[in-house]
Amino acid sequence: MSRVRIAQLSCGPEYSGVQNEIAEAARSVDAEVFFPDITLKDIRSGFDLFGLDVRSPDLKLAIARARALVEGSVEADAVFIATCFRCAEAAIVRNELRRYIHENSRLPVVSYSFTERTTAGTLLTRMEALTTIARRRALLAREVQEGLTMGVDSGSSTTKAVVMQDNRIIGTGWLPTTAVLKSAEDVIEQALKEAGIARDEIEAVGTTGYGRFLVGEKIGADLIQEELTVNSKGAVYLADSQHGPSTVIDIGGMDNKAISVQDGIPGTFTMGGICAGASGRFLEMTAKRLGVDITELGPLAMKGMSTMVPMNSYCIVFGTQSLVNALAAGSTPEDVAAAACHSVAEQVFEQQLQEVDIKEPVIMVGGTSLIQGLVRAMGDLLQTDIVVPNHSQYIGAVGSALLASGFIKGQ
Amino acid sequence: MAKVFIYPTTSLILSDLVARFGHQPLSAALQVREKIQTAGLESPPLQITPEDPKKGLKYAAVEVPSGVRGRMSLYGPMIEEAEAAVFIHDADFSFGCMGCARTNELIQFLLRKRGIPVLDLLYPRNDEEGVEFVAAISKFLQELPGGGT
Repeated sequence: MSRVRIAQLSCGPEYSGVQNEIAEAARSVDAEVFFPDITLKDIRSGFDLFGLDVRSPDLKLAIARARALVEGSVEADAVFIATCFRCAEAAIVRNELRRYIHENSRLPVVSYSFTERTTAGTLLTRMEALTTIARRRALLAREVQEGLTMGVDSGSSTTKAVVMQDNRIIGTGWLPTTAVLKSAEDVIEQALKEAGIARDEIEAVGTTGYGRFLVGEKIGADLIQEELTVNSKGAVYLADSQHGPSTVIDIGGMDNKAISVQDGIPGTFTMGGICAGASGRFLEMTAKRLGVDITELGPLAMKGMSTMVPMNSYCIVFGTQSLVNALAAGSTPEDVAAAACHSVAEQVFEQQLQEVDIKEPVIMVGGTSLIQGLVRAMGDLLQTDIVVPNHSQYIGAVGSALLASGFIKGQ
Repeated sequence: MAKVFIYPTTSLILSDLVARFGHQPLSAALQVREKIQTAGLESPPLQITPEDPKKGLKYAAVEVPSGVRGRMSLYGPMIEEAEAAVFIHDADFSFGCMGCARTNELIQFLLRKRGIPVLDLLYPRNDEEGVEFVAAISKFLQELPGGGT
């Protein structure tokens, strides 16, 4: 496939001054956004048949365009839905159109609420994921790791590496991210040492995460790919849930990902978009304030009752204030730890999980999936047993190593 | 001659009617016709930059969506300039269209608040209503200072 064509359904980006940012983000991944052409007659009938009686004509147009995409009268490879942040009318339409397209077509779709501060850089990973799904369906269909491959995940908080051979993980490396390249070199060395192999024996390498381009170019990666598709593949692979629906939740250090997956391929997803009170960073701060290692926070939270401490803030500063107040009022560290986990899970549930269709199994991955208190809180909110596969903290690296198999010469 | 704000601001028919009666139409179509693309129903000017929603803060607070503020950066100065206004409600898309309902509410409110003469009309649905529609606009425009055919 040459240039991926992304249909844009939107209200307000031109008047917010961000249309060029959207177009630029698409161009940077060799894609183009376009507005589906429909007639005035189609607008009226499409909008009436959909049945959502909105007032804004641009939203009526978006609805009619969505119908044209689902009915096939306009062809596209993917769909990008964008409306103004803080517009309630648009939020209803955005959500319903995302669901409508997901349920009635095979088009990958992502929705986003922008402000005038939205940049092409903010949109890049989402656009890259959309184009990857459209362009690399064959690659994403891979279910078995073959040969000797390595995956490196250069994340905002931590850097991970995994060496895999014949569908098994034989070496891992994990370090906090400091200097991006140095951290990557160090985890690669750790993973190779544990695997007991030399660097030149590796047949193919994949990179993902925030530092994927820098690290990928430095180490000559065969595959450099955003973390949405890579983590989805890694999650269903490790959870042995490669067929049928699933939901992947990754609460990261800087942003969160919620991905609705079908047969290992993302259908809809959300990424970031909320404040630090809902991130892994808040749990790190909680552990620091409680004087425990982050690895001890989960077991501590399992012994506490979240309902004993009021904590529910989007903002990491106000969340920390609640934490300090609770400790000053005599709350136990166990209850505070449980409340912090519940607070993060609740923000993600309220802010992000409403934007994807939750289908079981729900798989939690990334470093925060090892914090049992957080997993329990998320399970309580979703009323389901959350699956946390082995090696879940290496999810991006595993997904990269798995997909890199497709780049081994002769494959 | 009066400066007449027309709503929908993209209506070429309404703009033409106002001009025929010797007034100056305040319309988006005339103001931005050199700079338009056809991405949406109302042909928005794509060269609006992220600075424009900030200029719109003069008319709407920061918690108002950026699209509303960006639009207000365009329509706000026209509202300040207007000496009269004609509102056509429930107009057909082909007559003229403004994409954001919240912006439309704010524009109408701010114009009414200025206390200038305002004509409210429903979009005609048949020939008979069409004749009455044009007659009502003609009467309104003729009665404005400097109005005539």
